[in-house]
Amino acid sequence: MDAILLQILNGLDKGSAYALIALGLTLIFGTLGVVNFAHGALFMIGAFCAVTVQRLLSLSYEVVDESQKDFLGNPLKVKTPYVESWFGPEMGGAIIDWAVPIAILFAIPIMVCVGYVMERGLIKHFYKREHADQILVTFGLAIVLQEVIKYFYGANPIQTPSPEALSGVANVGALLGMDIVYPVWRIVYFFFSVVIIGAIFSFLQFTTFGMVVRAGMADRETVGLLGINIDRRFTIMFGIAAAVAGLAGVMYTPINSPNYHMGMDFLVLSFVVVVVGGMGSLPGAVLAGFLLGILESFASMNEIKSIIPGIDQIIIYVVAIIILLTRPRGLMGRKGVMEE
Amino acid sequence: MSKSAFSRRGVLKSGALAGTGLALPTIFTASSAAAFTNDPTGSSVTLGFNVPQTGPYADEGADELRAYQLAVEHLNGGGDGGMMNTFSSKELQGNGILGKKVEFVTGDTQTKSDAARASAKSMIEKDGAVMITGGSSSGVAIAVQGLCQEAGVIFMAGLTHSNDTTGKDKKANGFRHFFNGYMSGAALAPVLKNLYGTDRNAYHLTADYTWGWTQEESIAAATEALGWNTVNKVRTPLAATDFSSYIAPVLNSGADVLVLNHYGGNMVNSLTNAVQFGLREKVVNGKNFEIVVPLYSRLMAKGAGANVKGIHGSTNWHWSLQDEGSQAFVRSFGTKYGFPPSQAAHTVYCQTLLYADAVQRAGSFNPCAVVEALEDYEFDGLGNGKTLYRGEDHQCFKDVLVVRGKENPTSEFDLLEVVEVTPAAQVTYPADHPMFAGGALGSCNSGA
Amino acid sequence: MFGLDNKDTRMLLVVAVLTLCAPFILNPFPTDSAMAQFNAGYPDLMQRFVIFGIFAIGFNILFGLTGYLSFGHAAFLGVGSYSAVWMFKLLSMNVIPAILLAVVISGLFALLIGFVSLRRSGIYFSILTLAFAQMSFNLAYSVLTPITNGETGLQLTLDDPRILGVSATADGSIPVTSLFGLEMRSTFEMVVGPWAFQFNAGYYLAAFILLAAFYLSIRIFRSPFGMMLRAVKSNQQRMNYTGLNTKPYTLAAFVISGMYAGLAGGLMASMDPLAGAERMQWTASGEVVLMTILGGAGTLIGPVLGAGFIKYFENIFSKINDNVLHGWFSFMPDGLENFVVFVIHPFIGKGWHLTLGILFMLVVVFLPGGLVEGGQRIAKWVKGRKNKDDATPATKTPAE
Repeated sequence: MDAILLQILNGLDKGSAYALIALGLTLIFGTLGVVNFAHGALFMIGAFCAVTVQRLLSLSYEVVDESQKDFLGNPLKVKTPYVESWFGPEMGGAIIDWAVPIAILFAIPIMVCVGYVMERGLIKHFYKREHADQILVTFGLAIVLQEVIKYFYGANPIQTPSPEALSGVANVGALLGMDIVYPVWRIVYFFFSVVIIGAIFSFLQFTTFGMVVRAGMADRETVGLLGINIDRRFTIMFGIAAAVAGLAGVMYTPINSPNYHMGMDFLVLSFVVVVVGGMGSLPGAVLAGFLLGILESFASMNEIKSIIPGIDQIIIYVVAIIILLTRPRGLMGRKGVMEE
Repeated sequence: MSKSAFSRRGVLKSGALAGTGLALPTIFTASSAAAFTNDPTGSSVTLGFNVPQTGPYADEGADELRAYQLAVEHLNGGGDGGMMNTFSSKELQGNGILGKKVEFVTGDTQTKSDAARASAKSMIEKDGAVMITGGSSSGVAIAVQGLCQEAGVIFMAGLTHSNDTTGKDKKANGFRHFFNGYMSGAALAPVLKNLYGTDRNAYHLTADYTWGWTQEESIAAATEALGWNTVNKVRTPLAATDFSSYIAPVLNSGADVLVLNHYGGNMVNSLTNAVQFGLREKVVNGKNFEIVVPLYSRLMAKGAGANVKGIHGSTNWHWSLQDEGSQAFVRSFGTKYGFPPSQAAHTVYCQTLLYADAVQRAGSFNPCAVVEALEDYEFDGLGNGKTLYRGEDHQCFKDVLVVRGKENPTSEFDLLEVVEVTPAAQVTYPADHPMFAGGALGSCNSGA
Repeated sequence: MFGLDNKDTRMLLVVAVLTLCAPFILNPFPTDSAMAQFNAGYPDLMQRFVIFGIFAIGFNILFGLTGYLSFGHAAFLGVGSYSAVWMFKLLSMNVIPAILLAVVISGLFALLIGFVSLRRSGIYFSILTLAFAQMSFNLAYSVLTPITNGETGLQLTLDDPRILGVSATADGSIPVTSLFGLEMRSTFEMVVGPWAFQFNAGYYLAAFILLAAFYLSIRIFRSPFGMMLRAVKSNQQRMNYTGLNTKPYTLAAFVISGMYAGLAGGLMASMDPLAGAERMQWTASGEVVLMTILGGAGTLIGPVLGAGFIKYFENIFSKINDNVLHGWFSFMPDGLENFVVFVIHPFIGKGWHLTLGILFMLVVVFLPGGLVEGGQRIAKWVKGRKNKDDATPATKTPAE
């Protein structure tokens, strides 16, 4: 029982990453009808926002310490971060420790800008082009973005730890009288994604802006004919989608050290999630994200692996095939979206 | 026009011609000279450095390339000579190899066997490389080793840890300086026994492909010989990025040691996840829970940051070694590039020197002569103590390092500390050991 | 000729001349010149050009004609390679049975996957094919290792049974692939002054097969069957409303295109008897999609151009390193030389991905129809200039 509960937690936690990425991808699919292969790269850029903030905060000056030697036998240059000398070691250390949450503040404007520039500078010209062209251009863009990151940050993963206070484990089963420990940061990640998802849904549901966007998703031309500048709103939606992907990336960094190809690793998976959820459906994307996350966790349980060896390797794809064959438009897809 | 019959000779001739940069522009000399693939007939000889330049191991590849450039510089008489001065063989004069200036071509393996073979082929067919070296994974090493055997050139493996490279997939033209899974197990076992005792329950998480399996087999065998019990062996998909669902079951499995048979990005993530789940603070069966990472790479360990502290593993070489050879190498590498070399860099530097020295001793670039010179060759001064290139399987036997993540690193390079240098005798196994059975070395191929 | 109209015959002839003279065309620079780095006329790369050309031609029969975007086509290539290598291991080193088996097995595999996947269209179809291919890749890498040899790739060994042949040659090596005794790797060398041209048996076998495959694809494009597939692309619904079942047509196209992929896989194994699982990964499937779009989807010659373009960059640009750059620019003053090398450095060697990504974007932004459109524009421009030359005197002469 404990094991099953634990895997459900794992699934929710994995699912939140999938759901956040898929949500952004669906916003772009659904609103703009663009197949965005660079979406994984946005997730990756978000993660590197955290890395950059961490690096900036730990910018250091060097003091030569004659008593210690470096690897060549020269006197060791001891590095002290500027923030520590400004705010004292305690406060400075704490600021560096909280680099990832601080990065959220920076990531939002940066990601919105990246999304805005991407849409205005490149994607805009591809609305009328074939999906094939969109794939080629966004894939090219994804490669360029990740190579630029690799040029500056290298190919190896870079550790970006969560704040000390949030890095232990918590006994989440205590309320149920069970002993289930789970990492605090992963719980934070789950609630964070729930908040983001809730915010996006309320924004679309309860604001006039959201109403117009939803109308535009359903019938772009008619909304345009009503004299509403739908393009401008779609640009903003693109920025929001980029920010969602970026935030997912920032918060993900303490879970797994980011590297330059993490976007590509998630790309295929996020497409599968979006399509299983159903094209053009935001609730579908979120639902599919959590569903696939949970199923993936269950499939990696030893009991199940011993019945079907290798099932954890393919579970996502098996589920995708079954759902797409039984439900023609995924879980909650709308008719006519990307079916040709 | 030189017409050759459709035979092997055709291949080698073409390579030789294209490769030597047409030092001999007339066709007749070229077609009569070649006695083996890419016989260097000009004033220079070309080596092929085939390393991952894109993909997850790109940084290791970059470090390998730096070491290769350093080795070439030293072979050609530049720099401070590095380990050439400490190497037990004094054949190399700093005037290239057999008086020929050493030149090199580079390529990208992408850590994919297909791409690695394509790159190696282009070096052999187009650039006339007489030796191929490099790589950062066993799959690639085995694939390229097979190719070199067919083409009749020497392959000096880079970073490859699978038992198969010199086990069931060994080839006469291929040589491995790096250690392997069996050696990791043999070196780690006594240290683990001292630290954690003989009554332990180990849980293995293993990357689900050949390298992972051979390491899992080796470590499990070595620890079971200590009296440890293996609770479970769980395979994880190569593409896995989040190991939480594999780590979680460890919590209640009754195991008190977790062995992570992962490398590279997999290792960074699985170790990070294991620490996240509080395994290190856990007490099971009245003992502290421990994590073991049998194969450490300092470059990669950096990605796991503070999580590596106090975790034991094995490594081929580390820059903090105090012997003369290691220090000479660290000095010349560090002076040139500003940071200490990785174990991958050390391995490929040694491989280049060993190849050059073997050619020099054999007096010929002929692969068969080189094979003969390297087989059962014993040397010293390259950083791992006295080392033997065994003739039966072309595996190096040398000291293996057991290392631990350092508690108080003084710099970003200072991640690991050497706990013990396990002497070569302790990690030596008979050539017909069952873990290495199933393949045949074959006979050397010079392409002639 | 061959039942083709003039235009197609001309195109086929052009392709024939290009492939047969490739050893000359791809080696334009003398071997010891600095530009020799850009020579692509060595056997391995030439083989890759034509093999990936076949793969892309096949993919285009499905994608270019029906509009169905398969994102798992590499699975068929992988299955083809595995079948071929198994044939070498078990039967003989002759490439004919290996290639035949590769085509047949991948055809059957395509029939199975196509039958299921074609129940959906659009992106749903793409994801189904992707899912099948990723499953094949993941299983081949891990659980199916006894058949595929996993990470290491399926290779020949000294103890293969090989019923119609020897396990090992007299000198203790693994025998090499051949076509009735003609070794695939045998190369004939021709040296003209400073140039060296290599004629490789394997390349010519692959080139002839490419010509046959290209010819077949022209015939398919021009046949009633091809018309039917185009009709599916423009409006499948209308076709269905007229009472016509389009499924057999699309399935046939899928299987044919899968067999092309298997043929390419079999040829790859014939040139180099190794089959690795990563041949089936989604990145490999993505690569053929990129090749086709880059060259020009739906055009006959485009996919071949796209394949050549990508393989050229992968193999040539990745091998340029700083040393080579310094060699090229050594005529400059030191400071300038270092500066130029510094500027170019990110785009070569380990940066070849970056260059490729930028080129993808440039091509798709400026040449919406892919490389073929680039060719057409040049042709039009040349023609336009000629017409202008013709036109000028014409205006002077009054009409009769």
